Amino acid sequence: MSPRLVRADRDATGRRDVPLHITVDGVPLTGIAGQTIAGVLMAAGRTAWRESPSGTPRGVFCGIGACFDCLVTVNGVRDVRACRRRARDGDAVATQSRAGREAR
Amino acid sequence: MTRHVAVVGAGPAGLAAAAGALRAGARVTLLDAAENPGGQYHRMLPDAYAAADPGRLHHGWRGFVRLRDHVLGHARCDWWPESTVWSLEREGEGAPHVHVLRGEADAMGRERRVLRPDALVLAPGAHDRVLPFPGWELPGVHSAGAAQALAKGERVAVGGHVLIAGTGPFLLPVAASLLEAGSAVRAVLEAGPAATVARGWTRRPRELASETGKAAELAGYAALLARHRVPYRTGRAVIEARGDGRVEEAVTARLRPDWSVVPGTEKTVTVDALCVTHGFSPQLELPVAAGCRLRNGGGSVEVDGDQRTTVAGVYAAGEITGIAGAQAARTEGLLAGWAAGGGASDSPVAAAARRRRDRGRAFAARLAAAHPVGAAWRGWLRPGTVVCRCEDARYGDLLDAARDPAGASARAVKLGTRAGLGPCQARVCGPAVTELLSGLVDAANPHHRPIAQPIRLGELANPPTGTTDQEESAR
Ligand SMILES: Cc1cc2nc3c(=O)[nH]c(=O)nc-3n(C[C@H](O)[C@H](O)[C@H](O)COP(=O)(O)OP(=O)(O)OC[C@H]3O[C@@H](n4cnc5c(N)ncnc54)[C@H](O)[C@@H]3O)c2cc1C
Ligand code: FES
Repeated sequence: MSPRLVRADRDATGRRDVPLHITVDGVPLTGIAGQTIAGVLMAAGRTAWRESPSGTPRGVFCGIGACFDCLVTVNGVRDVRACRRRARDGDAVATQSRAGREAR
Repeated sequence: MTRHVAVVGAGPAGLAAAAGALRAGARVTLLDAAENPGGQYHRMLPDAYAAADPGRLHHGWRGFVRLRDHVLGHARCDWWPESTVWSLEREGEGAPHVHVLRGEADAMGRERRVLRPDALVLAPGAHDRVLPFPGWELPGVHSAGAAQALAKGERVAVGGHVLIAGTGPFLLPVAASLLEAGSAVRAVLEAGPAATVARGWTRRPRELASETGKAAELAGYAALLARHRVPYRTGRAVIEARGDGRVEEAVTARLRPDWSVVPGTEKTVTVDALCVTHGFSPQLELPVAAGCRLRNGGGSVEVDGDQRTTVAGVYAAGEITGIAGAQAARTEGLLAGWAAGGGASDSPVAAAARRRRDRGRAFAARLAAAHPVGAAWRGWLRPGTVVCRCEDARYGDLLDAARDPAGASARAVKLGTRAGLGPCQARVCGPAVTELLSGLVDAANPHHRPIAQPIRLGELANPPTGTTDQEESAR
């Protein structure tokens, strides 16, 4: 199994989900309003969306904006921390790679 | 004129600092990079979730809500959400000027603002410390704080079958959050030996009694683990993560008190997520930028009995003065804010806060003593183990560079291996690299970063708007 969102009907906090749609590398993905981009990706079962200099996959590590492992491009702007940025309806997210480019 | 106090960070420490400064009669600008106050401890659900019962996931929720509503609703308080302090600038004798970016995280075209307060309280908190081990860079390996932030802050469980490992009392709330979110927790592994942990926790029970809230919280976790039949093991650690493109199994081993592996005790556990923590690293960029003196070998900000740093007009509270948990952070904040706001040091408010702070600190010191990091952890590393996640710098490269017969400095090792020069600027690998190089090369100050938080070049080129210390309303 993978990361996932606690189902709303089982969530003790009594939250109400408002769906939201983004694209990731052109592929549509549904999340809920209020999630970070990392949250949308993880709830969709993804654990990785970036490549390190040596080409290994990376996703969320610290979850609070300190490690920069989760960087994505949002609406054309590079290097956005997916764990810090709230997703907005219609966001076009692109994954990033540092493989080769800046590797030693 | 009324004193103006700027408070950076609205976690337990910053929120209480704002309350303390307001109580002393000051005008307060409280700012935080997040949309909501609460910090890491009272990490709130996004407003868009419209949660009917958000307090369900929190300890001390009612007290938090009371404090939050009091501070944010106060006529003399300006609340600046989504406001990141990216640098501090000292000019003359007064408190430093505070450079702020307002707007969505890492967005283009955020608004640049500058505050010129009479006093500044720094309360930016900490982030997890995770020691490197083979495979820790695999997706699905998270800091324990990440699991906590995702579960509490957006109701995402990092995995279905999770192992939680490392050291410290923080392992327990993380297990509780994951169980609450429906994950199966395979085990909670505390690397420290049972005897050390027990000695730290049970020494001087009278002290523990005065921290009843914390003790009850911990007892609650123990009961919860028992109810879910989650084993809590001491003297055992995760020494390797394995998987193809993501974590699939964790290798655990029994440890000696110095954290060296007992050969032949390795076991493999199937997981889809692994959460690791070896304590916390205070976020010291801002205090270093302000010129505050550090103590404990550069591990925390030096403060006096009233939370004053060594720089005039600058106060510090919470995890940056030493890891002591939310309760101590709150009392430190109250004291810092009171003093920053001009409150008298000999007033009953200050005396009571000081007493509570000292108790909180004593409790924390005890917990720290119960969970020291064993020096032999480096034995888990192999030459190919990634030490710096950003640059994929490996342990072997680090040693080679440090042993360069031409003579090596910390700087030369950094430039040679790029360790610490990636996007996170050594926030994650800094403490480990310093430890691994100790005795080999002279270490540099790991917290010095010219810019505390990333700012885009386009934003830097634009002049700040509304440079002011006047009353301003948020949003
Ligand atoms: C991810 C994580 C989760 C945690 N969860 C728990 C938990 O569930 N239970 C527990 O007992 N302990 C937890 N802790 C421990 C926690 O550090 C303390 O218990 C407590 O929250 C510390 O309070 P604080 O006010 O010092 O810092 P924090 O609560 O960390 O608050 C600091 C605030 O400052 C803000 N900030 C930082 N830098 C800047 C800047 N440059 N500009 C603007 N704002 C800034 C941050 O956004 C944050 O809101 C957690 C720690 C981490 C790192
Ligand atoms: S996961 Fe560390 S910065 Fe986003």
